[in-house]
Amino acid sequence: MHEMGVAQSVLDIVRGAVPPARAADVRAVRVRIGQMAGVLPESLDFCLGAIVMDTPFRSAYLVLERVPVTCVCAGCGLRFGSDGPAFACPSCRAGRIRMVAGGELQVVDVELDDRPGGPA
Amino acid sequence: MSVITIERKILEKNDAIAAQNRERFARHELFALNIVSSPGAGKTSLLERTLERLKDRLRIAIVEGDVQTDFDARRVARYGVPVVQIVTNGGCHLEAQLVQDAIDAVDLGGIDLLVIENVGNLVCPANYDLGEALKVVVLSTTEGDDKPLKYPGIFRHASVLVINKTDLLPYVPCDLDAMKRHALDVNPALLVFETSCTTGDGLAAWCDWLAGEVARVRA
Repeated sequence: MHEMGVAQSVLDIVRGAVPPARAADVRAVRVRIGQMAGVLPESLDFCLGAIVMDTPFRSAYLVLERVPVTCVCAGCGLRFGSDGPAFACPSCRAGRIRMVAGGELQVVDVELDDRPGGPA
Repeated sequence: MSVITIERKILEKNDAIAAQNRERFARHELFALNIVSSPGAGKTSLLERTLERLKDRLRIAIVEGDVQTDFDARRVARYGVPVVQIVTNGGCHLEAQLVQDAIDAVDLGGIDLLVIENVGNLVCPANYDLGEALKVVVLSTTEGDDKPLKYPGIFRHASVLVINKTDLLPYVPCDLDAMKRHALDVNPALLVFETSCTTGDGLAAWCDWLAGEVARVRA
């Protein structure tokens, strides 16, 4: 359960990127989470919702961009996806496997409501 | 609606502090280990047995991470080595900042090996770089041979696997070969040791490897 710490980091990053006067206009916070990032999206959503409540960012909400795992076999160069915990090359079964996608944990961007006076 | 592009790693702050820790360790030519396992796998016992064997050969300091109590710090302090206890008060893992604060109390120039014992948890510590040279995951035979597949993250991030409590193999439904196979399926580069902190089996090989790594850093 380290999603609370992750949510705090998300808020810190958003706070650093958005001019203070626009904090209340922040709506979608797009976060990229790899399948192997070890973060539970539902839990992160809950935690972010809880910590923005008493801040100017209270209208912010999480939008997830999930990234599936992509592996590259060092033996034969095959690129392949993997749903399981263990990576084996489906072609040569050997060689070292490098995970090239699926470990992401990033804040992508934020969407701001530009209507004067905030949400209708 | 307008969009502000951010594209930043969520754990970048932790990674930056971890890099500072790593730089400090390098400056002092010391080898830093981050030991991770589920609660009760035997991290502290492994540390005690390691201290018994190495404390006269190496200058060792310990950082203990626990959710509550300083029980572990008191256990290892009996071996006469410097110990700093971090109590996370509910936090499920150590972060680089906590370690940075803790090592301020350690004379880094006076040690060869720093062992950071993480909070007992096979999930969260995988994501947090502390600045260590490598992660060691301890897995005990009583936990079952399927754990590497159920918690692949930590096994992928670790460089060394210590399978502990081998003395209990006759009494528990753990297939040691399957356990090793599962771990190596997740991470073929894992170096595997088998130990019993009760009988002492396998501890010499682990300690020899550890002393060798320390010697390499200080060479």
